[in-house]
Amino acid sequence: MSHRGRRGLFLVAAAGLAALLVHGLAGLPGVGHFHGRYGLLLAHVAVPERQATDIVNSITYDYRGVDTMGEEFILFASAVGLVIVLRRMRGERQDDDRDRDDASESAVGRPSQTSAALRVLGLALVGPVLVLGIYFASQGQLTPGGGFQGGVILAAALILVYLAGRYRAMTRLRPIPVVELAEGLGAAGYAAIGVGGLIAGARFLLNFIPQGSMGNLLSGGTIALLSAVVGLEVAGAFTLVFAEFMDQRRLTGRRQ
Amino acid sequence: MNVLQAGALILVGLGGTGVVICRDPLRQAIVSGVFGLLLAILFFVFQAPDVALSEIVIGAVALPVMILLTLAKLREHRDDEPEIEQ
Repeated sequence: MSHRGRRGLFLVAAAGLAALLVHGLAGLPGVGHFHGRYGLLLAHVAVPERQATDIVNSITYDYRGVDTMGEEFILFASAVGLVIVLRRMRGERQDDDRDRDDASESAVGRPSQTSAALRVLGLALVGPVLVLGIYFASQGQLTPGGGFQGGVILAAALILVYLAGRYRAMTRLRPIPVVELAEGLGAAGYAAIGVGGLIAGARFLLNFIPQGSMGNLLSGGTIALLSAVVGLEVAGAFTLVFAEFMDQRRLTGRRQ
Repeated sequence: MNVLQAGALILVGLGGTGVVICRDPLRQAIVSGVFGLLLAILFFVFQAPDVALSEIVIGAVALPVMILLTLAKLREHRDDEPEIEQ
């Protein structure tokens, strides 16, 4: 198709899409005037029923906990798939000269590739970022956050070490078997807590732990527990994904 | 809708357009990270802090890192190619 023909087709399609969007948006309720029954019901019953102050996490880890389990296993399967796709291929070898650890470089007197500011800032932020990740993963029942966000933040600490030019230190920080175990335990833990509900009551993912008093760290019953195992799974999955991507930088020698 | 929400919506519109207009993949990765932050601000001013946090960790941390590491790998492949032809 010619350039002009393509542009004409695009303009017609874009105009149609714009008309549909305007039509759809015009029918939406105003900001803050939601009238869905399910949402209004949960806004009234969720806090007294579950003693968890963050209703969003009451929904994700309790009322719609099965959906979250599905999402967790999607992430699990994606991480495993990525590891398989990015495995070391025939003819590829690890090049230790690439992405050299800055610490060993300065020992032999060569200038490091990473700027001093990036090195200092990166390493200084590792601790606070880890604390932030644990905070998010453990406070899901009280404040916005939860296992998913906490898990990704935990994995981000690894990126900081990498950015600081400490490749070898980073490889020591993430022993792959341990990371894989954490990911598997997180995924299995979610299902196990679900089965626990089945044993204690009659329903998969039933909130079977005493709910505690609202506002405490140990409140919300299984919400806090599920948030923690999701944090473990997500931290493992993202660490694995980042590690695979970073290791690809060191593989050379493959020719198509 | 208040001024803050309108402003955030306009910024997201501009940011999204910026990501599309940017043709160099390296710059696009950075601009998309900024776009992720703008989206997070939008979710926050519409009172959805949980979603805003998810958007920050994915849009401004995970996605740009993966794109940048992929670009680094691709660049090195491009550097290798002339050797094959010689």
